[in-house]
Amino acid sequence: MSVPLTLLGLLEREPSHGYDLKRDYDTFFGRGKQLPFGQVYATLGRLARDGRVVPGEAEPGDGPERKRYAITDVGRAEVDAWLAEPVEPEPHLQTVLFAKVTLALMLGKPAEAYLDRQRAAHLVRMRDLTELKRTGPLVDVMLADHALFHLEADLRWIDLTSARLAELAEAVRQQ
Amino acid sequence: MNSPATVVGPLIEARGIHKSFGQTPALRGASVAVSRGEILAIMGPSGSGKSTLLHCLAGLFTPDSGEVWFDSRRLDTLDEAARTRLRRTEFGFVFQFGQLVPELTAADNVALPLLLNRARRRAAYRTADAWLDKLGLADKGTRRTGELSGGEAQRVAVARALALNPTLIFADEPTGSLDSLTGEKVMDLLVGLARDEGTTVVIVTHDARVAAYAGRAVMVRDGLVSFDERAAEASAARTAASPAAAAGGTTAKAGS
Repeated sequence: MSVPLTLLGLLEREPSHGYDLKRDYDTFFGRGKQLPFGQVYATLGRLARDGRVVPGEAEPGDGPERKRYAITDVGRAEVDAWLAEPVEPEPHLQTVLFAKVTLALMLGKPAEAYLDRQRAAHLVRMRDLTELKRTGPLVDVMLADHALFHLEADLRWIDLTSARLAELAEAVRQQ
Repeated sequence: MNSPATVVGPLIEARGIHKSFGQTPALRGASVAVSRGEILAIMGPSGSGKSTLLHCLAGLFTPDSGEVWFDSRRLDTLDEAARTRLRRTEFGFVFQFGQLVPELTAADNVALPLLLNRARRRAAYRTADAWLDKLGLADKGTRRTGELSGGEAQRVAVARALALNPTLIFADEPTGSLDSLTGEKVMDLLVGLARDEGTTVVIVTHDARVAAYAGRAVMVRDGLVSFDERAAEASAARTAASPAAAAGGTTAKAGS
């Protein structure tokens, strides 16, 4: 999650105060982890320095929180480019699991049991997300869907790897 | 977390079931138990035997060997008439295709099993309408099911299964012919309503996202139940609780 680009994206709706940006960020993107005010203003400062946003006139009371920031054309173009670019597919979990399975086979430990437990953990997580979808707002549903599809992909890898364990054990032994 | 003490016997159970079609073995000693009110997913790749297992549990197939128990009664040794009676009164079915009569209206289709169970016509249609309403199909009662969309037809099938107020619903790839969003709606309704009614559900699916609607999953591979979430949990808990694991610290967090 890119905080600067997300804040910039939020500014594309309308010029906003830092406070409003923080509130919207926390609501839509924070997922329980709030963005510190300090980070919001530091980010806005950098975006202003780089010409992505311009601060408006200081409103009565002064201080950074009294300024309304507006996105510039440069900022707008950057948001567009970011949105259009696919995110790097990161098979992070497979890397860890792959290492575990290989090591387990190498050491003659019960790789199948590890995979079974991983599958059980995945199923529990998928069940939680499914329950969340049944009760949560649409934003949560969308995020849960994304996680579910990824977990499903992991699960398919786990199943296939389970089915191939004997072959893999042989391959590991031969190397 | 671990409370095996007050366990009542399972509602339905397969014990070491074998079933072959000609020379081809579909099940090679499959066992699974389902508790009352539980929603269980039977997962597995195509050809694994998961549908055969469901058909054996439901009394649609007779296993070559092994036993099927329903509500403390042996099911696989019942004669065909008794099994048919059981299926009509205790079981509901939601299959991927072909269970609705396309020439009949949605209301007819839902009322049909009630009428077969000798419900009065008016009462049967009142029940049918109420269930169609619960499934968001109040305005579709007079439509022939052959004219409905896949998702609507599948919701009629769910209404039909639930209208009988069954003890147990068997669902075989209930979303198999539907797109993701429509399938999700069908699962939402099936699981939501089954929970409300306290109905036990056994769902066969190859789709993990469908299985995630169930409270527990088992996996069938090569005609055997190769993975049971309950067993996996128990094994993780055992590992966590074992003194060796605690001392070695290798997998001590597994059950936390």
